[in-house]
Amino acid sequence: MNETLLLQLSAIILFLPLLGFVLLIFFGKRIPKAHAVENFLIFVGLVLSIIVAFGKISFFNDQKIVYEFQWLSFGNIPLIGYTGIKFGIMLDNVTVLMQFVVMLISFVVHLFSVKYMEGDLRYTRYFAYLGIFTFSMLGIVVTHNFLMMYIFWELVGLSSYLLIGFWFEKKSASDAAKKAFIVNRIGDIGFFLGILILYVNYRTFSFNEIFTQISLGNLPFGSSAWLTASGILIFCGAVGKSAQFPLHVWLPDAMEGPTPVSALIHAATMVAAGVYLIAKVFVMLTADALLVIAYIGAITAFISATIAITQNDIKKVLAYSTVSQLGYMIMALGVGAYTVAFFHLVTHAFFKACLFLGSGSVIHAMHHEQDIRYLGGLRKKMPYTYYTFLISTLAISGVPFTSGFLSKDGILGGTLAFANLTGYWLLPIIGFLVASLTAFYMFRLVILTFHGEARDRHKFEHAHESPATMVLPLAILAVLSIFIFYTPNPFNADAGWFTKWVKTPSTIVPQNQAFGFMIKESGEHSEDIVAHSLQYTEALHHAHSQAMYISLLVAGLGILFAFVIYQWRKISADNLAQKLKPLYNFSLNKWYFDELYDKTAVTFTIVLSRISAWFDAKIIDGIVDGTASLTRVSAFGTGKFDNVVIDGFVNFTAYFTGFFGLIFRRLQTGKVQTYLVMVLSGLVILFFILRSL
Amino acid sequence: MQGFPILSLITFLPILGMVIILLIPGKKEDLIKWVTASATLLQLVLSIVLWQNFNFTSSGINDPASFQFVEKFRWIEIKGITEWLGTIKIDYFLGLDGLSMPMVLLTSLVCFLATFASWNIPRAVKGYFALYLLLDTGMMGSFLALDFFLFYIFWELMLLPMYFLIGIWGGPRKEYAAIKFFIYTLFGSVFMLLVMIGLYFSVYEVMPDGSKVFTFNMLQMMNPANYGADGILSPMNPSNLRLLAYIFLFMGFAIKVPMFPFHTWLPDAHVEAPTPISVILAGILLKLGTYGMLRISFPIFPEITQQLAYWIAVFGMINIIYGAFCAMAQKDFKKLIAYSSVSHMGYVLLGMASLTSQGMIGAVFQMFNHGTITAMLFLIVGVLYDRAHTRGLDEFGGLATTMPVYTGIVSIAFFAALGLPGLSGFISEAFVFLGAFSVDSIRVLTIISAAGILLTAAYMLWTMQRIFFGKLNEKWANLPEINKLEIFTLAPLAVVVILFGVYPSPMLDMMNTSLNKLVEVVGNAQVIYSNMSAIQF
Repeated sequence: MNETLLLQLSAIILFLPLLGFVLLIFFGKRIPKAHAVENFLIFVGLVLSIIVAFGKISFFNDQKIVYEFQWLSFGNIPLIGYTGIKFGIMLDNVTVLMQFVVMLISFVVHLFSVKYMEGDLRYTRYFAYLGIFTFSMLGIVVTHNFLMMYIFWELVGLSSYLLIGFWFEKKSASDAAKKAFIVNRIGDIGFFLGILILYVNYRTFSFNEIFTQISLGNLPFGSSAWLTASGILIFCGAVGKSAQFPLHVWLPDAMEGPTPVSALIHAATMVAAGVYLIAKVFVMLTADALLVIAYIGAITAFISATIAITQNDIKKVLAYSTVSQLGYMIMALGVGAYTVAFFHLVTHAFFKACLFLGSGSVIHAMHHEQDIRYLGGLRKKMPYTYYTFLISTLAISGVPFTSGFLSKDGILGGTLAFANLTGYWLLPIIGFLVASLTAFYMFRLVILTFHGEARDRHKFEHAHESPATMVLPLAILAVLSIFIFYTPNPFNADAGWFTKWVKTPSTIVPQNQAFGFMIKESGEHSEDIVAHSLQYTEALHHAHSQAMYISLLVAGLGILFAFVIYQWRKISADNLAQKLKPLYNFSLNKWYFDELYDKTAVTFTIVLSRISAWFDAKIIDGIVDGTASLTRVSAFGTGKFDNVVIDGFVNFTAYFTGFFGLIFRRLQTGKVQTYLVMVLSGLVILFFILRSL
Repeated sequence: MQGFPILSLITFLPILGMVIILLIPGKKEDLIKWVTASATLLQLVLSIVLWQNFNFTSSGINDPASFQFVEKFRWIEIKGITEWLGTIKIDYFLGLDGLSMPMVLLTSLVCFLATFASWNIPRAVKGYFALYLLLDTGMMGSFLALDFFLFYIFWELMLLPMYFLIGIWGGPRKEYAAIKFFIYTLFGSVFMLLVMIGLYFSVYEVMPDGSKVFTFNMLQMMNPANYGADGILSPMNPSNLRLLAYIFLFMGFAIKVPMFPFHTWLPDAHVEAPTPISVILAGILLKLGTYGMLRISFPIFPEITQQLAYWIAVFGMINIIYGAFCAMAQKDFKKLIAYSSVSHMGYVLLGMASLTSQGMIGAVFQMFNHGTITAMLFLIVGVLYDRAHTRGLDEFGGLATTMPVYTGIVSIAFFAALGLPGLSGFISEAFVFLGAFSVDSIRVLTIISAAGILLTAAYMLWTMQRIFFGKLNEKWANLPEINKLEIFTLAPLAVVVILFGVYPSPMLDMMNTSLNKLVEVVGNAQVIYSNMSAIQF
């Protein structure tokens, strides 16, 4: 096992799904069972990704393996010299783990889709799209530079667009696809400007080269404010892709796509790309930038959790829960809890994919009924779906012995420690509140879907457990939500392998720009490995058990309330909604974000475009046409002038001449006698005139 | 290749085709078409031969020695009529460098493909193709001429066929559009003519016998040493005449780009022109505006360029944003695409105004990419219009169901236009931003311009949705899928768009050296030209 082999394998993993895409798009109709080709390629990729992950972690644990090549060149730029852009792959532990997670989820989703999408008009194309998505996502994961990150970032956006709008005959689907792309682009512009700041200063896109420059104290435009700005701008990209407030509005709409797509893209992998991005650039984030990130994460987690409790569409509940969990991860990164943020990304990917595929299984069985008010009682009909769904729900609610308990507990502990050190107490408070809400709405979902009596008898009668190729993915994902895969001690993640493999890197920003607790004491740790001061380690240790008790308490309360209201019906949900009408409506209508954006940004843009078009047609072109008319009028005028005055004068002269000609003609009679008389008279007159002188 | 007049051949090959067509009886329409196709194909082959034999390390721009495939001989010589006029000597002077090479490739590619888009032109086939080939020569000659007088002749040569092609084969308001186009462009040309004559009387070429003669040679005009102290446009002249001349010349080119506020001829001309002519208009003709700026304005007036770069960037920004807003409000598919051209040409202006290598490379690459992408877009409009005989965006819907191949090709073009990475438009736009953002004075303009990529995405995707998604409008249920001929015109462009999106190096390597040189020429101007003024006073 050597570095080159790992890099080659990663490159192969990257291009396999692209191969699938090309084959299916161009030859899909000619290959029988074309989707099987794609599935096979993904499976090979999964196997390879396991090999790469093991190889990397076993043999090169603390190393970054980089391969790069010159992609293009700008030639010899005056005063600067030879300049070009390099592309490349960088493998570190986070990369190979993420690569594995993406391949695994992608594979189970492919498998699940075989039956789920059966009979669809564009069955082959669906798998082709999954292929290009997987390719783009892997590109984000393995890149070693910002430009490639941005390129694949947008390509992921494209595949998301294609898959959300897969059933484009529905207006709502094509609307959602368009919305997703445009809202993401807003974030991407920020991301791009952030990259520009770094490139303009360092003339490279490479993560490592940029970080080296920053750690040498070479700040963008020489000021730490620009460093903060670039961090926040790059974070804008994450705000878009990971559906953070205020750009979270696209994700719930994205549920218009086929459900397996929601599991793959809008729950487990693509939306986690934002978290992954922030993890990649974590070291260059200043304290100010981190604080912004932490608060955005917390606000997002809170808003979406409050929305999730009243939604009635099974996928919408899961969508808002995804937004909320992503908020958790972002918040965790903001408070410096790097390891647990990535840990939660991984555990969340598995249990949320399981939940989405579970909901897909239900929707499939119930003939595309998604409203939980018409579900119910499915536990007996669909036991596998139920139990896998339940395990995942326990995980997301943070119940012990699940993976979610470990990672969520880590995040809450991280915020608590952070608050202890810096005094930002709002963050842990929101964290615990959201944990409680999460447990509540998730159990509400489970109870309304699987427990009690069937509310739509007709559909219920026809419901049946899904076939094996759909249940197997559920089982794989549910099993991976159990603690044992991460740590032998169900109450302490630090005992496991994850924290040994994914270590918080030390910050490279100038000391006065970083949080005090992030400054590493000299000689404490070897470079590239960790990071935090002893002070932080102690705070974290102290917070760990506190956080665990509190989170157990709040999660328990949330679950209890869900049972009281929906299972045992001690409190009527309807009465509660009636009593809290304004709050209930506010939540049900998603805090009116869509309406707000529609009334402001969208309307503003459309009005402005109409004004521009009017201005262009009437004013700018009016001036042009006006000038033309003016020219014509003056041409007409000069024409008249020419005709009447100038030519008139000419004619007048002619006329004048003619007139006198006529008069004088009288004199020219042609008779010699008359001429004689006139000559004589003339001579007489002349004689008298001359005499008088 | 030495000695073989390949540039003349590539320029006048279409004229040769035109002569043959004029000799063919008008009834033999197929023969006429094939003659045109052969002429343009041969032109394309020649331009690829040029590309293969092109020396990437040779800079060109202002250095006569490093131009390639040069053809230069005395063309017009009139013995002195009066003392001050001297002997008029005009050269036939063609040459190729990294700035013109991409444009030559673009011209020959688009002309070849647009021939096939013209296959079903309804009437007067003979006249159409004769004019079409004449237009081709005009464009190719403009990209290759290095003598200002020759350039001007080719420049004006394009006007005539364009006028008739729009005016005879155009849509309902063709006369209005054709006259508007003609007069608007002529208006710009007059200013250009004035500046050309002014430059002529300011620049000496030293003859082998030591005598000095006035010259139209652009490369001589770029050398400050060739200006006599008393020349009207001499850098040593203390008046602001050079500034004025620059603005005049710039206006002539800006109308062609078209730059706000001189752009309103474009939507009319595009909407009325037949599809292949729109393709040529947007794909090639607009590039002549920015090409003229880079070839003539920038190196001849480098110090003024520096002085006014900020304002060029301002207009670039206005083009980007304003064009995008105007596009968004359009209800006519073709007009929307026309306004998108206004917006996309703004990136070219912004990139070149940065006066940085990345910006300049981005600008020229954007010229090429916009040429191919917008050619696709207009062909796409043509495909739809030929079937439905309407272009109202709100009248369609759901076409993706019945026309999947067409939808696929449209997607490539649309996503290329909105700057999706992996397609060529992204790379040039990204370079423009890289260059422009690095300049302090225009950084804010760059940030505002970045909103353009959002607006473009918005109107492109909205258009996509209105035409292709949603319920299929029953009225269009029987529209036939895109045919082989149409695919033949679109597919090569799509391949180019994807190829240069993934691997832009062949194109970039071609223009790097020249554009870096241009950046250097403009960058050094302040020093050289201010020293010259110092001598004067």
